[in-house]
Amino acid sequence: MANPARYWREIPQRYRLEAGKCVSCGEIYFPPRLVCAKCKCRQFRTVRLPDEGHLVTYTVIRVGPSQFADQTPYAVGVVELDGGVRITSQIVDCDFDKLAVGQRVRVEFRRIQKQGDAGILCYGYKCVPA
Amino acid sequence: MRDVAILGAGLNKKWGELWSMSLRDIFVEAALSALDDAGVDHFDSMYVGCMTSGMFVAQEHLGSLMADYLGMNPVPATRVESACSSGGVAFRQGFMEVASGINDLVLVGGVEKMTDVGGDEATHALSAAADMEYEAYEGITFPGLYALIARAHMHQFGTTREQLAHVAVKNHKHGAMNPVAQYPFEITLEDVLGSVLVADPLHILDCSPITDGAAAVVLCPVEMARKISKKPVVKVLGSAQASSTIALHSRKDLTWLESTAKAASDAYKMAGKGPRDLQVVELHDCFTIAEIIVLEALGLAERGKGGQAAESGMTALGGKIPVNTSGGLKSKGHPVGATGVAQVVEITKQLRGEAGARQVKGARVGLTQNMGGTGGSSVVHIFEAV
Repeated sequence: MANPARYWREIPQRYRLEAGKCVSCGEIYFPPRLVCAKCKCRQFRTVRLPDEGHLVTYTVIRVGPSQFADQTPYAVGVVELDGGVRITSQIVDCDFDKLAVGQRVRVEFRRIQKQGDAGILCYGYKCVPA
Repeated sequence: MRDVAILGAGLNKKWGELWSMSLRDIFVEAALSALDDAGVDHFDSMYVGCMTSGMFVAQEHLGSLMADYLGMNPVPATRVESACSSGGVAFRQGFMEVASGINDLVLVGGVEKMTDVGGDEATHALSAAADMEYEAYEGITFPGLYALIARAHMHQFGTTREQLAHVAVKNHKHGAMNPVAQYPFEITLEDVLGSVLVADPLHILDCSPITDGAAAVVLCPVEMARKISKKPVVKVLGSAQASSTIALHSRKDLTWLESTAKAASDAYKMAGKGPRDLQVVELHDCFTIAEIIVLEALGLAERGKGGQAAESGMTALGGKIPVNTSGGLKSKGHPVGATGVAQVVEITKQLRGEAGARQVKGARVGLTQNMGGTGGSSVVHIFEAV
């Protein structure tokens, strides 16, 4: 991941949860797309996803990639944000034993990982119990 | 469309950590084994299934490389990639080439050399089968993704931790009879449940290993096979492939493998067969939960009841429908690009009656199911001894 463009082009999604809403059928895509899978429309309006939702499923990663070495073990889940869009996100500031399917969570802006030998800090969304 | 047969099939001698063997040597050893089994020394065209030799050994351009080291230049040689289903998808390309009439003798191989990098690099390479920007970026790993599916299946259907373990125990029992297998020994329920946690609820013994290995088959028209082969002719009855979102979270139902269900339905239709007609199945048990949800998508277990299959003995040798007689990905090993082709090798041996101690008696019809990532791609084939 040498070129920082790869990082900054995702910033609207990772920092602000910007999604694309199809102007024809209303389907919401995160990240945004160029063509709607449902109605094939190519026009989208930028919308921000709600920052609350619930946990659909989760796991605790005990053997993680090196970029996450300082955080391991950590919980990751599939979160359904209110309105129905789903994301994969770490669940932090929580007791692993108290995590439960259906639990309410809130999105927060956090450091995600340290990349490369220089340990470049990369940010984005993580969820905390609501 | 012409009827297509498998004329020859083989693996390289031993799967596992092959420190003395290079990517090209592993592939060529398997290809020569398939050519010897077919009784031919040439072919018209070839396919190489490989997921990510670029990330594992920094070598691309595999088609021509392997054709060269087989002494077969200038045949057309094509590398095929579809993550962990690269082998199965490569096989389908070869099938279509023979069926179409473009060529008569086509070699399809699959290979992965995974142990030239350390564990962290291997994890990184494999995560490329997921959505790198919106799954892997957040810290999820492949065991983690299947753990998410396992948790959802347990929550939705009451599948138990022990039922997951039964899949690993059963596949190791089969693999113990396969001399090529990376881990040819039996394990117990206690071994699985007592092994280290990788991603809750999955333990290390729920996971297929990192493996060096290759597999190959030679395809030709059925009529040609009848003329030149003394072995039972194994015909490809059905071939189908389907895609789905590669991001797990984008699927409405996390425990239903839509791509496998679609490929299976199309392959059953093409073959004129259904789940009840099968006597032996090789499926993609990259994690124990995978075997459970694949059984459901193939129609071999009712929705939500895949967990009972291994526990009841239904999918063991001697059961109603033996699954993964080779030991599966769990015990035989999972060199990702080779897996889909190796499944075809096992079914060929079974339908010819050459599977030795793990032979399913009287097997006539068999199925292979190979998938990429968490089911972003699936490919299903059905075979019959004719």
